Amino acid sequence: MTAVPTLTPPRARRFAATPGQIALALAIAAFLLMFLVLPVATVIYVAFTDKGTSTFTLVNFYDFFRTELFMRSLWNSFYVSAMSVVWASVFALPLAYLTTRFVFRGAALVQTLGFLPLIMPPFVGAVAMQLFFGRNGSVNLLLDDWFGFKIDFMEGLNGVIFVQSIHYFPFILINLSAALRNVDRAMEEAAQNLGSSGFRLFRRIVFPLAMPGYLAGASLVFVKVFDDLATPLLLNVKDMLAPQAYLRVTSIGIADPMGYVISVVLIVASVAAMWLSARALKGRDYATTQRGGGGLAKRVMTPWEAVLGYGTVILILALVLAPHLGLLLLSFATIWSFAPLPDAYTLAHYGRVFGESSVYIKNTLIYASLAGGIDIVLGVAIAYLVLRTKLIGREWLDWMASAALAIPGVVLGIGYLRTFYGVTLPDGTPLASLWITIVLALAIRRLPYALRACYAALQQISVSLEEAAENLGATKSRTVRRVVVPLMAGGILAGFVTSFSTAAVELSATLMLVQSNSDAPLAYGLYVFMQSAAGRGPGAALGVVAVILVAACTFLSHLIIERSQKAKGLGH
Amino acid sequence: MLNRRVALAATLGLSLSASLATIALAQAPSGKVTVVTSFSKDVTDPFKKAFEKAVPGVTLEVQNRNTNAGVKYVEETKSNNQVDLFWASAPDAFEVLKGKKLLTAYKPKATGIPEKIGSYPINDPQGFYFGFAASGYGIMWNDRYAKANKLPEPKDWQDLAKPVFYDHVSIASPARSGTTHLTVETILQGEGWEKGWRILKEMAGNFRSITDRSFGVPEAVNSGQVGVGIVIDFFAFSAQASGFPVKFVYPTVTTVVPANVGIIANPPNKAAAEAFIEFLLSPTGQEVLLDPGIRRLPVNPEVYAKAGADYPNPFTDPRFQKMIGFDVDKSEARTAVVDTLFDQLISFQLDALKGVTKTLHEVDAALAKKPNPQAKALADEARNLIAALPVNQVQAGSPELRGAFTGAKEKGARQAEIESQWASFARDNYAKAKAKAEEALKAAK
Repeated sequence: MTAVPTLTPPRARRFAATPGQIALALAIAAFLLMFLVLPVATVIYVAFTDKGTSTFTLVNFYDFFRTELFMRSLWNSFYVSAMSVVWASVFALPLAYLTTRFVFRGAALVQTLGFLPLIMPPFVGAVAMQLFFGRNGSVNLLLDDWFGFKIDFMEGLNGVIFVQSIHYFPFILINLSAALRNVDRAMEEAAQNLGSSGFRLFRRIVFPLAMPGYLAGASLVFVKVFDDLATPLLLNVKDMLAPQAYLRVTSIGIADPMGYVISVVLIVASVAAMWLSARALKGRDYATTQRGGGGLAKRVMTPWEAVLGYGTVILILALVLAPHLGLLLLSFATIWSFAPLPDAYTLAHYGRVFGESSVYIKNTLIYASLAGGIDIVLGVAIAYLVLRTKLIGREWLDWMASAALAIPGVVLGIGYLRTFYGVTLPDGTPLASLWITIVLALAIRRLPYALRACYAALQQISVSLEEAAENLGATKSRTVRRVVVPLMAGGILAGFVTSFSTAAVELSATLMLVQSNSDAPLAYGLYVFMQSAAGRGPGAALGVVAVILVAACTFLSHLIIERSQKAKGLGH
Repeated sequence: MLNRRVALAATLGLSLSASLATIALAQAPSGKVTVVTSFSKDVTDPFKKAFEKAVPGVTLEVQNRNTNAGVKYVEETKSNNQVDLFWASAPDAFEVLKGKKLLTAYKPKATGIPEKIGSYPINDPQGFYFGFAASGYGIMWNDRYAKANKLPEPKDWQDLAKPVFYDHVSIASPARSGTTHLTVETILQGEGWEKGWRILKEMAGNFRSITDRSFGVPEAVNSGQVGVGIVIDFFAFSAQASGFPVKFVYPTVTTVVPANVGIIANPPNKAAAEAFIEFLLSPTGQEVLLDPGIRRLPVNPEVYAKAGADYPNPFTDPRFQKMIGFDVDKSEARTAVVDTLFDQLISFQLDALKGVTKTLHEVDAALAKKPNPQAKALADEARNLIAALPVNQVQAGSPELRGAFTGAKEKGARQAEIESQWASFARDNYAKAKAKAEEALKAAK
């Protein structure tokens, strides 16, 4: 090898994959083509056709770049996404650092609570947020009453940044925490022996080593905010790209290709962002070998540090959980209108949803766990193929899966109907009317979350451990099963939890695909309530049920993580 | 108690539908009938219960989708259609379905329903969809909000353009909400194309927000985030029935428009679909509309005898008799143009429009204290600049322009090109108007 250093390595690498790996890559590619690329292509090909005829053209893109509104939207989307990453980091860093780096009572609880903002049930979460932070929300009514001024939390682009960073900071929290737990204690000890401590130790050693986790979370926040349409629409901000696409795709009777053109731009921008974040980590090694100690050393806080630490955590949690508190109040409220608190309280809303919610809960649990399961299997497989093999075009798997983040749910929903409704089972029922279609749509939509988590986890594992296993005679698949997956466990769980819980409250694709009430998940039930004045309370009650359900599952998984950390022999 | 009964009925209905799904006879209505609807549970549950009682052996399977998603759904699944009925407010959604040949014609047997409500034909003349309830458009406001902000009670559209309502009014985008589209079209027809747009833009200068779904407006008014909303009446009535501190008024220029139901082309259970339409139009079905959670106006005049005295009756109430004649064909021909104009001139330029309007309000306040003809003239110039339109009434209804929006097969201007032109027209005019208004303010002070 060393004799011909420059030319042969690429050639030699090409055959570095085993037949099993090639088969796996092909299977995943086929799955993604079938359930992501093909359905979406049937919808967005319009972006490339000429008006009136069906000939290929790029004139629509020319129109896009010439329209002031779209250019303004593009810039706004970039600005909002970047600022949301900044603020999300501000919320996430202290929570992640304090709960993993110190002996922190209730760390699992903090991790769970810090995770809740991600589970914002559609519609009702927005109402609750307005009731708290809106122009005439509780906070502003009280401020106005006491001090005679109001704060525009939810106005314009800054409002979008505020809501988005609260909503999506858990992406950073969960991925960064998983990464911090994976940082080898030996590195820290070595640095301490060399005289580094305190913030410098964090800045120079611990945080850089956790970089894959942070970047996984930050890139998710960026892309998700870039592609999210619910929050801008809730705040009536229309000059951003995702809402523009959505408004156009879903207007009745308008046959304008612009909506799909914007979708293509969103997809390209998202994949580019993912590619950039991958570039940022390229050429550096984040893997650490010795994992016997298992994770960072946990320090005991001095009383002053404790006051500061708990104070910060409580402050952040109070801010990010205010919407959920609002939701809880709303679910017990009779009438809540232009007042800091509801007029009176009742249990009637829960009574109303009690009878029918069990079927929704059952469906949600089945759909979301299946989707989460599919996602981590695909996530681990793709991460492994990309990071550990030299297959040609392996990155395309990653980019294809990540592109799912940018596809509006309604486009995916329409694509599924278009692709699978014509396909029928022997008895004539369309394939698209089976509930498994909903599961597949959810899995595809949430795959990027699990993928990023698995990817980050694998980046932190040194390949030498696998080589050692193989040297001792283990086969590739046995190595993956017995060495790689167990070491990735934290990341995999993080991925599952993110995919599971966000799938549990997904609506836009679901709304297209639900065929009957008996197959409907919670989010659909919520939607059905939230279209009338009288349905607000029951909708909120159902929202609380959804949040508690997902929170319970999350808490459980955090307990499992902690147990497994202890089992690995973490001394402190 | 009532709630629990409804829930119980729904659960029973579900289990019934499972057991009855297998039985499908050709003629007598039985089995499962599937309806795609944009109506909320508060509307569909009472109907489901009453229908299943009136026509035993049939279960109503409700698929809730917003109107847009519903239309797309029916369109995408037509190759293997499993849906019997489409049931929603906006007549334009039915027009789209009809245009794509996705509806079946039918002739209802129900009697006692007049040809027209107000001046709007209740049924589609070709018999593809049928009005079952009427609704009027108007202004809804939150009483607590109005008291806290010292807002007067609005009576007419023009009132909403007054300085006192600045930043207090909300509307749904007509491109997104079929009902709001009709409100806008009603103003345009009632006041004329030029004057109508002038009023709309003057009102729009006071808008707090333009939401992307119809229910977004009443929701914001109910919770007190916005003071005043331009809504369809039942949103206000059902909110009142649920106890929210809201009030509602019909302005002088308004109209009542039916909410509709139609049979999908090639329905799996035609007999039951027809039975559902007959039920909706029967006195029993019409009475369900009086339910406090629904509160829509029945299309059968006799049913009003069972309603309370304060229930608005479009067949006798003089307010509704004055309502303007609504030209459905005219509206139809320019739907996309009106919606796009609204979006390009108002929705996407709202900040600029509000900026000028605010300055003009200040000019008015200064002029009230100290009259100044020069400032008045400048302010009027600014107002004319705001009111200017890139297309006149004839152009708006022209087939060429229409073709640009509805994907006409022939070559022509692309929608994006036209939109871009209109947007820069509005942007330039608002900027000029802003300069004039500033000048006027200086002169007036």
